Amino acid sequence: MRKCTAANLDKLFAAIAENAALYLPVDDEKGTAQYKKWAEGTVMSNALNTAKSPKDFFFPQSEDLMKFKTQGKTIELTDIRDEKEDFVVFGVRACDVRSFDILDRVFLVDPRDSYYASRREKGVIVSLACSKPTETCFCSAFGIDATNPAGDVTAWKTEEGFFFKANTEKGEKLMASLEGLTEECTEEAVEAQKAKTAAILEKLPLADLDTDKFGGGKTAELFNDPAWAELSRSCLGCGTCTFVCPTCQCYDIKDFNTGREVIRYRCWDSCMYSEFTRMAHGNNRNSQLERFRQRFMHKLVYYPENNEGIFGCVGCGRCLAKCPISMNIVKVMKTVGGKKDE
Amino acid sequence: MSENREALIPHIGVITDVRIDTPDIKTFRVVTPDGKKAFDHRPGQCAMLSIPGVGEAMFSITSSPTNTEFMEFSIKKCGCVTEWLHQAEAGQQITIRGPYGNPFPVDDVFAGKNLLFVAGGVGLAPLRSVINYCRHYRDRYGKIDIVYGSRSKDDLLDYKEIIEEWTRDENVNVYLTIDREQEGWDGHVGFVPNYVKELNFDTDKVAVLCGPPIMIKFTLEGLKSLGFDKTQVYTTLELRMKCGVGKCGRCNVGAKYVCKDGPVFRCDELDELPSEY
Repeated sequence: MRKCTAANLDKLFAAIAENAALYLPVDDEKGTAQYKKWAEGTVMSNALNTAKSPKDFFFPQSEDLMKFKTQGKTIELTDIRDEKEDFVVFGVRACDVRSFDILDRVFLVDPRDSYYASRREKGVIVSLACSKPTETCFCSAFGIDATNPAGDVTAWKTEEGFFFKANTEKGEKLMASLEGLTEECTEEAVEAQKAKTAAILEKLPLADLDTDKFGGGKTAELFNDPAWAELSRSCLGCGTCTFVCPTCQCYDIKDFNTGREVIRYRCWDSCMYSEFTRMAHGNNRNSQLERFRQRFMHKLVYYPENNEGIFGCVGCGRCLAKCPISMNIVKVMKTVGGKKDE
Repeated sequence: MSENREALIPHIGVITDVRIDTPDIKTFRVVTPDGKKAFDHRPGQCAMLSIPGVGEAMFSITSSPTNTEFMEFSIKKCGCVTEWLHQAEAGQQITIRGPYGNPFPVDDVFAGKNLLFVAGGVGLAPLRSVINYCRHYRDRYGKIDIVYGSRSKDDLLDYKEIIEEWTRDENVNVYLTIDREQEGWDGHVGFVPNYVKELNFDTDKVAVLCGPPIMIKFTLEGLKSLGFDKTQVYTTLELRMKCGVGKCGRCNVGAKYVCKDGPVFRCDELDELPSEY
């Protein structure tokens, strides 16, 4: 384990930024944390997490795929992918680190999505252990340890400074480049922090959220649960939950005609939108109930069915904080499939 | 699968021939600019066609894989992309990518079996690929029965090929029907599901259905009343798709993605899916 004193932190960031673009959570003028590119003088946010998830680094909200030039009856196609430079994302929380694993299982399975894959190859994740999890956190329900996140390098922040442990080859390479600014140290301070945070996690209001009702093979049991009607009744279909969600990965492919050429781009989409499944001969999910149910069934049943039981939710709590009508996956999990005994 | 090629980046295709089949269905012949087939496929698989600036949509490949020269798509005019295609003339370039989805199990389950094909309207498009594949490898299959129906005689797809080729094949029986009486039609009149029941087929075969959802529903009921088990019946689904490779989320039903786990399903497999297709 290596340690970097608080006094040396700016030098450490500068050293990382010498070889790669460095992104870290920074408070904006309203005090909201968002990932920003580091520059001299950038101060890292103390916020528990960023408002938007870091999925943009690998699966941007919008990205150009190719362009077409048409002349008469002919078409000329050019690949216009944005070749990403090497980059480091610093300070990713345990929940969000798991989300990359969840997205990998979609984008990296055959046929591999090369747009996503090249960003994954170029990105190094430095995770940051949580020390002050809050009441909207429920990552532990999905087996995520907020005190010891995954990632290429795991970092812990204590009063003494930052502690680092490399987990992958990429992570070791990064740490090797920072040897002059870090020193070998014992794990004492980190272990103490882990124990302290674990005690907080245990007492969180959502600590005992039950996932046993969900998982692969539960479609027949849960799909027709009458609770979906009540739960979805006030859903506005605004899609905010899907946009802030670190694991929502549905996308649209659209063409934009600039007048001189056509840009084909990919952008985030939402299964909560009525357009999502609409086609010439009709719509297989006509009601908000069906669309609402799809989002949660996908995360809690369909995704685990296809991915060895891993749930498509990481318990980051963003949807709890952002839904305009205060509906969220926790309410769904507490209600659906739970009325059998009444 | 596409190992070296980008899944979302298409080939350029050229429409070399446009055949008017019915008032709202045209069949387009497509090759690459150097005159070859864009890629090989299996019967029942699909391809994404697009016109830059208009959109991209999934279509079943109606030509048989045994056709080594070109691919064909029978397309009904019913939305943005299809309206545009219906205006297109020979020589027009489009984009094409694929093949997508699971094919019909022509080389294992179907091998040596008697086959019953039941299609309604433009639902013949995906079945034509299988029918012509089975006709090409005729000795690998038993008796072939084809029931095909449409609103009127003018709405029957591939009519010339059916009359001049299919009906002349030995051991291939073609049963055509139209929904209502029409001048100049002396064939059967009535809906496809009823006709299938009237024909009282033996259950010693595999059935393949494609057509409007309502036709599939009632034909399946009809076949069940004749003693068919759902495990003997195959169909092909159609849902909105964007990527074609099981990632964009659009055609997800239950734990399945129609673009990669389908579009071909055995009817008992459909029972395990939520009724959202």
